[in-house]
Amino acid sequence: MKTLEDSKIFSWLHSRYDLSGILHLLYHKKVPVHKHTIWYYMGGVTLFLFLIQLLTGILLLMYYQPGENSSYESVRFIVNKVNFGWLIRNLHSWSANLMIFFAFVHMFSVFFTRAYEKPRELTWVTGVLLLVLAMVFGFSGYLLPWNELSFFATKVGTDIAGAVPVIGEGIRTVLRGGEDVTGATLSRFFGFHVAILPALFTIVLVVHLFLVQKVGMSEPDFFKKLPDEKKKFISFFPDFAIRDALLWLIVLYLLIFLALFFQWDLGIKADALSPAPTGIKPEWYFMFMFQSLKMLPPHLGFIEGEVFGVLFFGAAALAWMLIPFVKFNSKKYTKERIMLVLGTLVVLFIVSMTIIGYLL
Amino acid sequence: MGNNGRRKFITALLSIGGLGTFISAFYPVVKYMTPVKSGKPSVSSLKLGKLSDFAKNAWEIVRFGRKPLIIINDENGKLHALSAECTHLDCIVQYSKEEKMIICACHNGHYDLNGKNISGPPPRPLKQYKVNIQNGEIIITKKEDG
Ligand code: HEM
Ligand code: FES
Repeated sequence: MKTLEDSKIFSWLHSRYDLSGILHLLYHKKVPVHKHTIWYYMGGVTLFLFLIQLLTGILLLMYYQPGENSSYESVRFIVNKVNFGWLIRNLHSWSANLMIFFAFVHMFSVFFTRAYEKPRELTWVTGVLLLVLAMVFGFSGYLLPWNELSFFATKVGTDIAGAVPVIGEGIRTVLRGGEDVTGATLSRFFGFHVAILPALFTIVLVVHLFLVQKVGMSEPDFFKKLPDEKKKFISFFPDFAIRDALLWLIVLYLLIFLALFFQWDLGIKADALSPAPTGIKPEWYFMFMFQSLKMLPPHLGFIEGEVFGVLFFGAAALAWMLIPFVKFNSKKYTKERIMLVLGTLVVLFIVSMTIIGYLL
Repeated sequence: MGNNGRRKFITALLSIGGLGTFISAFYPVVKYMTPVKSGKPSVSSLKLGKLSDFAKNAWEIVRFGRKPLIIINDENGKLHALSAECTHLDCIVQYSKEEKMIICACHNGHYDLNGKNISGPPPRPLKQYKVNIQNGEIIITKKEDG
């Protein structure tokens, strides 16, 4: 088989710029083959969906006009008038949701194989940051069509941010661009969504990918214990990469199928003087937090339920991010055991709160 | 001054200068992000038209300055004016004719017609406004205490 080094372009570049560093990053990595190899693909799928977001987002930008009197109208125009506009919008909306879904799957698979342990601590930290950024992406994008549901979801969401003690009011005002959710909020969210977040996300993503390439894939315990001759590997490049690419193609077709047959609703235009409709829901990936906040009593001792909830989730997210650095001194239980129980509880909590949120 | 000393000196200068520049850039950026107070004068009263035009057992949401108010004409013909912003998480409330209560659809909060929070998550009552009738015309004003 012809390899990269055989190509003329490559040798032209290589003789001038010495690309052995890049080659090393590509070739030195080996991907273990075992019954859980499938999880090694989840990050790649998430990456692919981000690239789709970038592409479809830029296309939407050609027609989208932020503003109280133009956001809703321009999205309606995209969906009804622009050639294939409905497709681009459906792709962007579906891919956003799939991207966050796969990011969650990726994170938990990394968690349960304890791949965050030394030397991958910072890979984990940057990964958690990416998930948070993706959720902020979703939250800010959700408002952009300026429909009733997104308007009230944003009112509620930003008001929750206001519950943070001391700095909450300030955060809320800066997010909203004023006291209330108005056209000023729309301008800001637009700026976050199409400029600040893509820049931040790209920077963290590059670090994340570099670390992954540099350190190589983690081996789960049962694989590590195998004698050397029983360990099977494939090379990252090209063997793993072509499998990755094939999966991307499959995901692309899944995405296109969803976008073709499941329209994303536009709803009715936001109106600051009409009462909130029933069934206000955040997007599914916020549901577990939203539902927990809803189930808290108005007052917990001396603090409001909301304040407690916000502080709790803030602290939990931070703790989750710092998990690789936690040390245990328990004689009774191994670290593996504790982490397994913790992870299972977290998954159970998220899944059950989400289900309750949709049933009630 | 040797090479080492020169490097130390330049590093110190760079650190102080860099830090100072960063801080002095930070302040205007934060200030820039802080929204400008709207120039609109705050409103102190609102005319709502003839009392006789307002049907019994009806309600509407109106704008009082920048704030939404809910105006309810209850079944006894008594008018109520309250802030329409739920004290829970800021959704706009509505009047439920069946329950004869103010409800918030976002998380099922309930208030009575005086704005008192009765059930659901709202932690505080809705702010009440004063309803005056002058020559058959409805005029809403802020209450002195708030
Ligand atoms: C990186 C470049 C991106 C650009 C330039 C971009 C641009 C846009 C634009 C212009 C809109 C408004 C049009 C519309 O509402 O249909 C939008 C909406 C939206 N975006 Fe993005 N976006 C990007 C990435 C993302 C990512 C990474 C996510 C989520 C993880 C995301 C989630 C959303 C959502 C949920 C909407 C609302 C869709 C709707 O209901 O119409 N976007 N985006
Ligand atoms: S915002 Fe009204 S009950 Fe939550």
